[in-house]
This record gives sequence, structure tokens and C-alpha cells, in this order.
Amino acid sequence: MPNLKDLKNRIASVQSTRKITSAMKMVAASKLRRAQEQAEASGPYAERMGRMLSSLAANVQDSGNGPKLMTGTGADKVHLLVVISSDRGLCGAFNGSIVREAKRQITRLQGEGKTVKLLTVGRKARDQLRREYASLIVESYEDVGRRRLGFSDADMVATKVLAMFDAGEFDVCSVIFNKFKSAISQIVTVQQLIPFAVPGEAAAATDEVKPLYEFEPDEEQILAELLPRNLSIQIYRALLESAASEQGARMTAMDNATRNAGDMINKLTITYNRTRQAYITKELIEIISGAEAL
Amino acid sequence: MADKVEFELVSPEKLLKSQPVDMVVVPGSEGDFGVLAGHSPMISTVRPGVIDVYEGDRIVDRVFVAGGFAEVTEARCTVLAEEAVALTDLDRAAVEKQIKDLSEDLDDSKSDAERAAAESRLAVARAKLDALSQSSAH
Repeated sequence: MPNLKDLKNRIASVQSTRKITSAMKMVAASKLRRAQEQAEASGPYAERMGRMLSSLAANVQDSGNGPKLMTGTGADKVHLLVVISSDRGLCGAFNGSIVREAKRQITRLQGEGKTVKLLTVGRKARDQLRREYASLIVESYEDVGRRRLGFSDADMVATKVLAMFDAGEFDVCSVIFNKFKSAISQIVTVQQLIPFAVPGEAAAATDEVKPLYEFEPDEEQILAELLPRNLSIQIYRALLESAASEQGARMTAMDNATRNAGDMINKLTITYNRTRQAYITKELIEIISGAEAL
Repeated sequence: MADKVEFELVSPEKLLKSQPVDMVVVPGSEGDFGVLAGHSPMISTVRPGVIDVYEGDRIVDRVFVAGGFAEVTEARCTVLAEEAVALTDLDRAAVEKQIKDLSEDLDDSKSDAERAAAESRLAVARAKLDALSQSSAH
């Protein structure tokens, strides 16, 4: 028969676990709201940047030779993957699915005979990829946007990527991150950053009348400045999406954990009560049979 | 002046300003330009400097931007800024200190990349100081 004292301790410990998980859930919920607001706030900049880019690109494409960031190096040999994960765990399948996708991409690219380099953001991606692909990791960032994710964080990553690109260390750059769909669902997304695919003509076509812009200085020069900036913005967006997804994933995971703890407490309480009853009955029987024996 | 331009100032982190104004003067990299309603469409890079927002003949708002891009259409003027601070929020002593620190950074910098980064930050800080001196002269 299980010990009553042990059961009591078990119940107490599960109860305190439930308290922690439900607190974490609430923290995640409020962080999620903030992350979502931030992601929305960055929308206007990205949207206008996209508009300017597509009108610029249309002009430059006519002249034939665009900058390398847009047209690519012409080669397709070395791939750089930017893997964005979180620093902390306890957020369900969030990091697992990112790492799984990263591994899938690495195997695919290596199978095609290409060289892969990795740049990781967040402790979890680094730790999990280091086991198999330590030699591929060129740079790891941790504690990105610990307090509050700022544009400067994205800029730091973008500067590194650009420096590598200028040094000819890779030909194609993609970013792997969790795209925020809703609090309960995040979609692992692979987005190509370099060469940059200009947002389709479809977006430009919906624009009422496409004005003919004057450029100051000329198109190429503006584009040469705009593209690196756009890279930062794309990375910033990816970081924001990832941050929102992380909180969403954590919220869901903690919600489930809280519910599980609740179920467990119920079960343990029933066992506890039954055991207590059994003890009482047993004692009664002992007393009665003792009295009868007299 | 009946017509107004829709002036938008956007930083990567948020939409800072969106309001109809009579005129804005933007520090383009090839010289300042004023934007009134009906300006011909153009795209320009912006150097570190001050954007003046006019309401009638008065300057109602002065914002320092640390470079970026401007897109002008007939009805709209959008400035994508990397960093934007209202001029009144700039502190002269702090900026002077920043310039001093950055000059030291520049002397300490070893690689070309470090040097370039320090130089561009220094240019931004100098532009801030210039903006402050100008506004106090007014």
C-alpha cells in the first residue's frame, strides 16, 4: 500500500509545478502581446521599403546590370543559412522544428554537392547544431534582444552577413525562422535573402498609377544603399516573427503543462483519499476483530 | 495654401509621424529640398541632418534624422529614417561627449571596417551638433 506521506509530498510538488507553469504562461502571454505589437509596428517601414525597392528595381532591370545583392554572384556553390532560434527552452517544439528544418536543408544542400555555412541566432540552435555540424558554424549570436529586440540587433547580424558577402564567402543566403501565424501555430519558413528576390510585379501592378520617379543620386547608387538596409529589415522582421512565435509556443506549451499538472493532481488526490479510506477501514477491522476475540 | 502633403516619417521600429503638412524640407544627400503638394515623384537618399516641417510659414517641427531614404510623390512624402530624434530632445552636452568618445574610438580602431563604422557614427554625431548650433543661432 502506498505511503500516505509520500503521496502528500507528490501532490504538493505537482501543485507547485502547476503554479510555476501557469505563471510562465501568463508571462508569455503578456510578452507575446508586446512582441506582436512590435512586429506590427515594423510593418509600415518594410512595406514602404518594398514599394521603393520594386520601383527602383523595375528601373534598374531595364538598364541591365543591377548590384550583386540583387542579381547574385552568378555562382550557386556556397550557401549561408541563418538559423534563428530562442535562447531559452520550455517552449514546446519551437526550437526542435527549427533545428530539424535546418538539418534537412543542410543534408539537401550537401547532397547537391554544395558547401553550407551556418550562422546561428539564439543559444538553442547553436547547442543543437553544434553536435553534428560544429565545423559549419561561422558565427553564433546569443542574448539577441534579451530585454527588447531593437533594430540594432538585426543590424549587427546584417553587418556580419554583408561583410561575409563582400568577402565572397558565400553565394546564396537564406534565413530559417518560425513565422508567427497564431499563438498556437508557428510555421517554419525558409526565406532567401541574397540574392534578393524583388517583391513580385503583382504588388506593383495593384498600385494605382505607377509614378515615374526621378532619382537623386542615380538609381544604382540608391539601390546600392537601399539593398543592405533592406537586408537588415528582412532580418529584423524575421527576428520579430521569431520572438512572437517563441512566446506563442511557450504560452501553448505552458498551458498544456498546467492542464496536465491539474489532471495529475486530481488523480493523485483520488489515490490519496482511497488509500486513507483503506487505512481507516483496516484499522476498524482490527479493532472490531480484537473486540470480538475477547 | 489649400493643398497639403501627407508627411510620413518611419523608422524600422515604428511609424513615427503621419500627418498632412504644408511643406517639409528634407536634407537630401545632394542638397536640401523642399516638398510641397504636387512635387514631382522622386526617390532620394537622405544625409544626416534636420527635417523641417512647415505649417504655413512657420516651422512647427524639427526632427533630426541619421540618414535614410525619402520617397516623394505628388501627394505624399515618406522618409525612411534609421534614427530619428526631435531636435528639442537632443542634448548638446551629451552630443559633444559622444563626439569626443567617437573620436577616441576612431583613433583606437584597428581594421578598416572598424574605422569606417566609427567614421560614419562620428559624421552622424557631428551633424547633430551642427543642427544644434544652427537652431540656437535662430
